[in-house]
Amino acid sequence: MQLAATSGEWLCGDGPCSDIVISSRARLARNVAGFPFVGKASDEQRAQIISQVNEVLNAPIDNRRTSSLDLTELSELDRQFLMERQLISRELARGDGPRGVVISEGERHSVMINEEDHLRIQVLQSGFSLDDCWQECDALDNRIESGIPFSFHPQLGYLTACPTNVGTGLRVSVMLHLPALRMTREIQKVHQSAQKIKLAVRGLYGEGSQALGDFYQVSNQLTLGKTERQLITEVREVVQRIVEWERKGRRHFFESNESRLLDLVSRAWGTLTSARSITSEETMHLLSSVRMGLQMDLLDGRDASLVNELFIRTQPAHLQHTYGEALPPERRNIVRASWLQKRLEENRGDNYEPR
Amino acid sequence: MKKCRRCTKTATFHVTEIHAEKAVAIHLCDSCAREYLENNDSPATETLTDLTSKLDQLISQSAESEATCPDCGTTFGEFRENGRLGCAHDYTEFLAELLPLLENIHEDTSHIGKRPMRTIIGPEEQAMLVQLRRQQQRAILEEDYETAATLRDQIADLERQLQGDDTPLH
Repeated sequence: MQLAATSGEWLCGDGPCSDIVISSRARLARNVAGFPFVGKASDEQRAQIISQVNEVLNAPIDNRRTSSLDLTELSELDRQFLMERQLISRELARGDGPRGVVISEGERHSVMINEEDHLRIQVLQSGFSLDDCWQECDALDNRIESGIPFSFHPQLGYLTACPTNVGTGLRVSVMLHLPALRMTREIQKVHQSAQKIKLAVRGLYGEGSQALGDFYQVSNQLTLGKTERQLITEVREVVQRIVEWERKGRRHFFESNESRLLDLVSRAWGTLTSARSITSEETMHLLSSVRMGLQMDLLDGRDASLVNELFIRTQPAHLQHTYGEALPPERRNIVRASWLQKRLEENRGDNYEPR
Repeated sequence: MKKCRRCTKTATFHVTEIHAEKAVAIHLCDSCAREYLENNDSPATETLTDLTSKLDQLISQSAESEATCPDCGTTFGEFRENGRLGCAHDYTEFLAELLPLLENIHEDTSHIGKRPMRTIIGPEEQAMLVQLRRQQQRAILEEDYETAATLRDQIADLERQLQGDDTPLH
């Protein structure tokens, strides 16, 4: 798969608040008028929807070329690869029947076809940039709608297979790296403040997933009765508060226990550069400490963008793609360790010296 | 996995209430179960009439679940089981049952956000398209290609008509 050679732009590690915010995302759920929803559509109808969407998205999006992938033609490894890359959901990766995804160059836009709804239109960007994501998602929605009519109800808005998405069909989410809040056990505060205004806090791969590597996703749960702008503002305000807490947590940790923090970060770096076999869970956990260390200037190493990339590239499907073949888990752990060592050594600053 | 009957979360609490030889299964999520239990806290003080009326209500709710969408064949009970609706018309067909659920999930029942730029295809035309497509599927399955071809033309005509009606609003 050609995507294996590149990295998604959302991983580049820049953008507002990139010390704590990894990426921002907006997605719209839409269904094509005149067709039953995906669960009740026949294979022929699902194929028809795919070809309609492909026709509309044939031309570039924002001057970015698009490629359309047929999920039924991809191997399980390729599907997992796209999922690790945040381009498709677990549901689309593991589903069955005709389904696809259209991805723009740079992996900024992705349109899933025949997931839970006929269309899931997504824009993903690096850093804290919800407004940009929404504007681009809105424009892409308009473009698709100019060629394909969507199911819309005068009172209930855009109709979706599950009533939890009805109305705007909009879900905005921000992926945050919160190691200090987890270590100081203040992560509960995040859960509580989000719940109070009905926002969800989830792990890296959305619903039901673990907060691996101290990554958390904050997103809106309500989709009806508010404008898109209102929903975005609510998420933005909570995220701003969480970013401040995390920064304060890191400062506090540094001021009150500098030697413990340095020890933690240096040990993580040490293990990552010298382990001979390492699981993806342990890698995530250690990279989390290294990322925090780099952001706090505790390691005179390299920039955090490398770490963002390593988070994804050490995931099982990415690792196997880089290696060029499918590997059993134990073999994967060995390959992962040697690859990590190489990448980290290459990117170590000339004057690197753990403090 | 069963869904909560009051919202769409996964049900973790399953009760079977038996009344006059009729068993009523109730599936609830954690938070709705808490509410249910609080309301059912003091059976001793509850009069028999109260209990009967509560059960009658539950039984009539399970009768509701037999409601079926004429377009896609989804029953309300099916939606209760898997949390997914079958087509756009379900929202019209089950509106009375869905409104309290939407109120529960979103604390609101009216959309005030973005609207399509084009003229909205009316629910009747949508239902007609879904029905024609369904008949077409059936004809193909029965290998009645003549009918399937006629239906295909009808669908194309209707789509053309609807596209023609599409005057962009801005």
